[in-house]
Amino acid sequence: MAEMLRALCLVVVLGLTVSPTFAADTPLGFEDPAQQALFESLLEELRCLVCQNQSLADSHADLAQDLRDEVHRMVAAGENREAILGFMVERYGDFVLYRPPVKSTTWMLWLAPLMLLFGTGIAWWLTQRRAAVTHSVPLSEEEKARLARLTIEPQDDSRQH
Amino acid sequence: MRFLVPIAIFAVLVVVLGVGLKLDPRYVPSPLIDKPAPEFSLTTLGEEPKPMTRADLLGRPVVLNVWASWCSACRIEHPLLVSLAQAQGVEIIGLNYKDTRAEALRWLADHGDPYRQSIFDPEGKLGLDLGVYGVPETFVLDGAGVIRHKHVGPLSEDIWASDFAPLLKKLSASDGTGASGG
Repeated sequence: MAEMLRALCLVVVLGLTVSPTFAADTPLGFEDPAQQALFESLLEELRCLVCQNQSLADSHADLAQDLRDEVHRMVAAGENREAILGFMVERYGDFVLYRPPVKSTTWMLWLAPLMLLFGTGIAWWLTQRRAAVTHSVPLSEEEKARLARLTIEPQDDSRQH
Repeated sequence: MRFLVPIAIFAVLVVVLGVGLKLDPRYVPSPLIDKPAPEFSLTTLGEEPKPMTRADLLGRPVVLNVWASWCSACRIEHPLLVSLAQAQGVEIIGLNYKDTRAEALRWLADHGDPYRQSIFDPEGKLGLDLGVYGVPETFVLDGAGVIRHKHVGPLSEDIWASDFAPLLKKLSASDGTGASGG
């Protein structure tokens, strides 16, 4: 019962945090579903520069509102995705994109997770190998005999006090 | 020797995180540096608005300061701007960003007007083209209208002395005809 309750709480909390919070302030929209889809995906893809961890769709900042209006205007004017993203990048740089292109200034951003994975992998492999090496040293005859002695049930109870 | 490994990792972490702490996460490098300033067609802020375009910024290096009466951080840098304009004769053009004419003029009357002219941009169109994202921002344009520097946030004496004064000196030395050397 407690388990179920806990699971339910988790579902509710996660549901609240990840539910799409679209178009923070004004419900700008389009009749045409294709334009609406383009508009919504652009707002999710563009970062608000004032509150940097929010997309244009989420942010309540004035600047985000202005940029939403601008994106809306450009979509209404029939501009395509590349043109609109290009317009934003020209003014605000790659920073405005949540998925910046890979180039000289951003390769580290893209490669860092891979490098971290690779480094961790190497470290793990080294420790495993070292562990394997220590385990695989064969016992000498003398040690084998001693091991046999130690693992046999003691008969004469010499260990008891 | 094995105990050195975690210590070395720790030391690297300290350095990386220490450098990270010193970076300003609000600093966004502008893609507009060394690009021509955008075209615009707006008016001046005065009681009798006159048309103002990009051509009015050409011919000499210009400091372009983005400000607004609603911007509290602008008050921090404003005395510096006034003293630069009055005592040192620096030419500062204002960009009055997303403001109303009446409030902007009242603000200048209250705090002093360091601007040769202010461009009145109530909708923030020129601000958008300049990639403005946090007022105050200050640009340096050379005589050919190319953006040479951008600072986000209030100016201080130190920032002026390190980033602006030498650049302006260099620009006015090389900028007799408006040719922008690299």
